[in-house]
Amino acid sequence: MSFLKINNLSVDYKMRKETVYAAKNVNIDVNKGEILGLVGESGSGKSTVGNAIINLIDEPGKISSGSVILGDLNINENSESVVKYRGNKIGLIFQDPQTSLNPILTVGEQIIETIQTHLKLSKEDAKNKSINLLKEVGIKDAEKRFDDYPHQFSGGMRQRVVISLALCCEPELLIADEPTTALDVSIQSQILDLIKKLTKERNLAVILITHDMGVIAETANRVAVMKSGNLVEIGETKKILTTPQQSYTKSLVSSVPPTNKKISRFVIVEKENNKKKENNIKILNRWTKKEISNQDLVQVKNLNKSFDDNFFAERSKNFVLAVNNVSFQIKEGESFGLVGESGSGKSTIAKMIVNLFKPSSGDIFFDKTCITNIKHRSELMKFRKQIQMIFQDPYSSLNGRLKVKDIIAEPITLHNPSISNSDLNNYVNDLLDSVEMIQKSADRYPHEFSGGQRQRISIARALATQPRLLVCDEPTSALDVSIQAQILNLLKDLQEQLNLTILFISHDLPVVRQMCDRIGVLKDGKLCEVSNTEDLFLNPSHEYTKELLHLMPKIESIYN
Amino acid sequence: MVGEETSDEERAELRESLGLMDPIHIQFSRFVANASKGEFGISYQLRRPVSELITERLPATIELVVISALIALITGTLLGVYTGIHRKGFLSDFILAVSLLGVSLPTFVIGILFIYLFAVILGVLPSFGRGEVVDLGFWTTGFLTVSGLKAIILPSVTLSLFQMTYIIRLVRAEMMEILQTDYIKFARARGISEDSIKYKHALKNGLIPVITIAGINIGTLIAFSIITETVFQWPGMGFLFIQAVQFVDIPIMSAYLVFIAFVFVMINFIVDILYYFIDPRIRVKGDTASG
Repeated sequence: MSFLKINNLSVDYKMRKETVYAAKNVNIDVNKGEILGLVGESGSGKSTVGNAIINLIDEPGKISSGSVILGDLNINENSESVVKYRGNKIGLIFQDPQTSLNPILTVGEQIIETIQTHLKLSKEDAKNKSINLLKEVGIKDAEKRFDDYPHQFSGGMRQRVVISLALCCEPELLIADEPTTALDVSIQSQILDLIKKLTKERNLAVILITHDMGVIAETANRVAVMKSGNLVEIGETKKILTTPQQSYTKSLVSSVPPTNKKISRFVIVEKENNKKKENNIKILNRWTKKEISNQDLVQVKNLNKSFDDNFFAERSKNFVLAVNNVSFQIKEGESFGLVGESGSGKSTIAKMIVNLFKPSSGDIFFDKTCITNIKHRSELMKFRKQIQMIFQDPYSSLNGRLKVKDIIAEPITLHNPSISNSDLNNYVNDLLDSVEMIQKSADRYPHEFSGGQRQRISIARALATQPRLLVCDEPTSALDVSIQAQILNLLKDLQEQLNLTILFISHDLPVVRQMCDRIGVLKDGKLCEVSNTEDLFLNPSHEYTKELLHLMPKIESIYN
Repeated sequence: MVGEETSDEERAELRESLGLMDPIHIQFSRFVANASKGEFGISYQLRRPVSELITERLPATIELVVISALIALITGTLLGVYTGIHRKGFLSDFILAVSLLGVSLPTFVIGILFIYLFAVILGVLPSFGRGEVVDLGFWTTGFLTVSGLKAIILPSVTLSLFQMTYIIRLVRAEMMEILQTDYIKFARARGISEDSIKYKHALKNGLIPVITIAGINIGTLIAFSIITETVFQWPGMGFLFIQAVQFVDIPIMSAYLVFIAFVFVMINFIVDILYYFIDPRIRVKGDTASG
């Protein structure tokens, strides 16, 4: 008899025109001491199920049928009854520790209030209990930090505080909704270890909602796969990930970049656009294709950047170099990867290469010309044309007031003002073709497209000036795995056909392994090591690289 | 300043003694030097030092502004919280509709309507003046007499209406936004009671921007009080100013404007300092987040 039983749970969102079923007849059960992984892409309804258990569905959503049974309690007989189980029977952790704590109450106030809501304890006892709890989740100096405000904690520490808040009244069920998505790999593994430890020690039943198959493989005992509100498959993690029964699960698993080997292309089972692209990209006719000359296209020499060199800012004692004496080269036609955790300076380097930031010192050479000291705008434009960038967030990097064709045409007309209208239209259509978008898209606005489609538009815009170097700053980290696989395949194809040089920035090691020829590892602004991809993954030489490789969640760990 | 029968010699003498024959820049620097000492000269019309007139009228205006600021803040916040939490419902719609009237009707129309209703038809409240005042030596107050308290009701409510509607709408918008945030959702998930969520977690966060607006509004209240004071014949600085405008009494006008500017700067300064105590995120700007 399992501890939590969800029977035929359905959640509806009644919209003006139609009813959206966020979850349809979902049946899930969880035992005590077990972690159930709940996976699916965005919009699959995995968070809806988590929220429905404690009836935190936002308006106009409604639980239209089904029951949730916890132990021998039917906790959602009616919509009010579940309220008294929140916090003391069921704990919930949200994705973003930055926003889940009240900014103007101290951590201690928030924990004490929660404890006193459910347990009859004096303020003194509640304080002692919370300090012990903070120690248990691994916060040092808990007595002192007790009176700190949330913003005084780092992201990982804040998530620990959130966990202690969720567990402070000893719930028996813990729902963790993407608890590590906003965190770095090293912090992620600490938080996951903490959750595993607490599950064992407190005999919790845990539902771990995530999109990350690596995380599932390493933590979950069983896994449930969801797709557009339906439960696709549920079973032992090993069984689901190695021998999936449903085709959707198969395609989901195959889209995950393997960490232990390099593959040439991602297998995309689900959608039928996996037909091998013939080498007939129309924009090739316009492209003055550079022959790959085994020479360095980009040379970065002793690059430094500090954000403190403002005239008015005092030189503070904890003066930080965002980029500290970094040097590397990128050969023409090569994919060079820069990896590192947040704050390691990888995006800063990218922005200096595309000349959005000025380096504090050091030089960047592009095609043997130093581009850091160019004074004249017209000269700079020549380089701007050859270096283009793709940003992380496809939602904010496209101007929502411009039509797609204007977005793509803008860089073309900027560098070639004399282009005729019909030629321009043809070119825009060719570019859309090359990123596998239909030509009708040209007359629509960005908000009509999904994240993956928007990222394709970004790529088309970047290709419009026929660049030699493409700087991709976390191009897929905002996307689902299956979409990520498509975008990465597209970038690979384009690179092959157009002889592009790519600087690929990511925190995601498996992705970098699939995309890059050589990789540089950054930590706190310093370059730890640069080596060929396979060497790096097989024989890392730097301690930090070894640590990163050790910590990254591996989907293959399921085979061991 | 001179009568019809004043002779030309006397006029010239007066000009000389007032320093009107000096070049402009000397006159101006003399004005600035005196103003910094709080001396704005002598009123043309009343023939008394302006600083004396201002200190005499100051208590009336300050009492009026403080009372109406309190009314605006307290009622505005309460109604704002109510309408923010009960987003649909007859009472919320009613409050918002009435608040629209408060924004669109000019102060003098509301003032006259109030006088007509409460003083003329019902006859319960006085239509003008401060009532009996008690002189404390440095301050004259209307708070200690029944007639003084009665007299302040209509003008202060009239003056507060405009600000109140602003605060209602601001608090309402803030509450609605904050009730959607993750930390409110997380508080719900922990089982914190709805009352605590609304009045402790959400309201505290929602009041932060209200303080900025309230600070600016106290300045505006003083400026708006000119109209209210005129309608209710309230013997404050605004009323003094309007009379000064009619008689082109420049010393009073300049003193009044400098004073208002000073008040604005002071209030904003105080608000900035208040922020430091209210918002913990500002308090620790100096040291970096650790942990």
